Amino acid sequence: MGVIRFIFDGVREMLRGPREYWAWLLFLSVVVVFGSWQYWVQFSNGLVVTGMSDQVSWGFYIANFAFLVGIAAAAVLLVIPAYIFHRKDIKDVVLVGEGMAVAAVTMAILFVIVDLGRPDRLWHMIPVIGSLNFPISLLAWDVLVLSGYLLLNLAIPFYLLYSRYRGREANFRIYFPIVVISMFWAISIHTVTAFLFSANPARPFWHTALLGPRFIASAFASGPALIIITLEIVRKVSTYKVSQSVISTLALIMTVALQINLFFVGAELFTDFYNEGAHAASIHYLFLGLGGFDSLQPWIWFALTLNIIAVIILMIHPLRKNVLTLNIACVLAFIGIWIEKGMGLVIPGFVPTPLGEIFEYVPTSVELSVSAGIWAFGVLMFTVLAKAVIAIEQGRLRYRDKKSEISQ
Amino acid sequence: MSKDPGSDDRGKFDKARRNFLRGLGMGTAAAAAQPAWGGDTLSDTFADFFQKHYQRMTSEEITETLERIERKAESRYGVEISCENTPPQPGVVFGYAINISRCKGYRDCVDACVQENNLGRDSQVQYIRVLQMDKGDSNLEHSEHYYDPETVPVEGKYYLPVQCMQCDDPPCVKACPVDATWMEPDGIVVVDYDWCIGCRYCMTACPYWARHFNWTTPEIPAEEMNTDTHFLGNRPRPRGVVEKCHFCIQRTRKGRQPACMEACPTGARIFGNLLDPDSEIRYVLQNKQVFRLKEDLGTEPKFWYFSD
Repeated sequence: MGVIRFIFDGVREMLRGPREYWAWLLFLSVVVVFGSWQYWVQFSNGLVVTGMSDQVSWGFYIANFAFLVGIAAAAVLLVIPAYIFHRKDIKDVVLVGEGMAVAAVTMAILFVIVDLGRPDRLWHMIPVIGSLNFPISLLAWDVLVLSGYLLLNLAIPFYLLYSRYRGREANFRIYFPIVVISMFWAISIHTVTAFLFSANPARPFWHTALLGPRFIASAFASGPALIIITLEIVRKVSTYKVSQSVISTLALIMTVALQINLFFVGAELFTDFYNEGAHAASIHYLFLGLGGFDSLQPWIWFALTLNIIAVIILMIHPLRKNVLTLNIACVLAFIGIWIEKGMGLVIPGFVPTPLGEIFEYVPTSVELSVSAGIWAFGVLMFTVLAKAVIAIEQGRLRYRDKKSEISQ
Repeated sequence: MSKDPGSDDRGKFDKARRNFLRGLGMGTAAAAAQPAWGGDTLSDTFADFFQKHYQRMTSEEITETLERIERKAESRYGVEISCENTPPQPGVVFGYAINISRCKGYRDCVDACVQENNLGRDSQVQYIRVLQMDKGDSNLEHSEHYYDPETVPVEGKYYLPVQCMQCDDPPCVKACPVDATWMEPDGIVVVDYDWCIGCRYCMTACPYWARHFNWTTPEIPAEEMNTDTHFLGNRPRPRGVVEKCHFCIQRTRKGRQPACMEACPTGARIFGNLLDPDSEIRYVLQNKQVFRLKEDLGTEPKFWYFSD
């Protein structure tokens, strides 16, 4: 009974808000509806309406997928200090971070589903009734770790919020083991996603042991960037108190991660360009163009520039402590890494093809619209989750049984 | 089942009525467009959706499925096809070898393959790619993919046909998340087109660019349809799934040559049973200097190249 009331009250809180809140939800819903309609166009015509081809057989969808798994994994950066080091200030916002992980994993899963040629056969992945090629296929691993991560990040906040809603103390022995599992799980989702790419000797651009570490480093830069921006917004639009110490911890983590990430990029550039063997063709295409084709070149230099400006801002203490410059650095790093490990990572893997053909990929309006729809869906999901989480955390949303209501 | 027999020679009205009924049967308004699941009657659509993995079907289920495939081909293309399930022959593992000093780049193999294997004409899928290479250079990145076959052989060039190598340790099979592709006992790597979910991870894993995706529903003119088909081979494919060269499984399991070998005007292609010590392919492997493409990746292709 209590659980049903909890969900009911939670949903009611999600649907309660000032006019600006509703305008925001409406705007996001419009984008979601538009994206769904564009997906229907894709579903009824086939993936031919995308810019993908036999030459470049993964595109914008998988690029967003790779990036979003990193955002999801980055929630661990709040989980560890909150539950292991018992940082009270971070514990106050950890559920917001886990809400972000839920939204990011959902988006990542949706990006894979819209990329499928036969979404009607998704059930073939379900063990027993279908056949999941586990543990051989890395994609099978990804299916398991992503759905597991989604469940973990739903279960922990659900339990903690429900306890708070009922005015009970959450049982440390119940949730702590799950928290520990979820920490390792967070690293695993992004490692598995990196292995999905690096497992292919056919694609020398990805076939490097550095890809896993690079994925983690870039996730720990882009993730905190997004969390900082989000917390600043939470401060603006709600009465929820976010301690400045949370922001400065995240900014420090982000600084180090961004430095490591840039170092990794440099290491890759050196290894490939010093001798320029056949394996360097893809990175040559990415940074300098190949055989007259260079549509990604301006993007990657742009991304690199953004990341370098961001890291410079973050390394200068007064600038990192200034709200405005810190937020600028966060936006720059977020966009920079979105390009670098989205399109900048996925597309060059296919150029040139294993038979040496150079064929360029440009996403179509359908792909861009569907992707916008998924992003809007994720933001919408996060908005309503955060709304309910904050209300419960502030103690505004409490369980009241009928008797106490009458006595009031 | 609810499809009326002899509907082919009826008039336009009947065709329209059939389309209308088909639309009702599926409960969708989109009767004009071929639905993504290529469904026909309601019962066939259900049977399609719940069709089991090829390797898990009983022999009765396979028979039913083959009949359904034939029915669907008739309603989709207006052609009566026969879809078979010829099993692998015991003691046979197929291998291929190409004499690159004989290949002149005429691309007759490519055309024969398109015809034989019912490849989508509008989508222009081709299982074989013949690369025009500069003599003295074997770097694939310098190869010409779109040369004019009318002008061959060009002075100073040689030709390298590439298709599925039927690797003995196939990276595509490892990649597939749902076991929709596997190696048969006769060494042919096949795809269950009705099980593939279209994630294209196998295309990413293949070092030979041998796998192709149906970005749209493959269109084949009725008069060009090859009606001798195999479940794991050249039967009509749906949209949204991956396909590849299967050594003409519908021919070779019956002791015939693959279409590309039959079509080759220069005799550059040699196909046969690797387990038969008297086969021509074994003679080539024992007496010629052979090499394989990208052998360093450890995929163990069953496809060799040699020269005189």
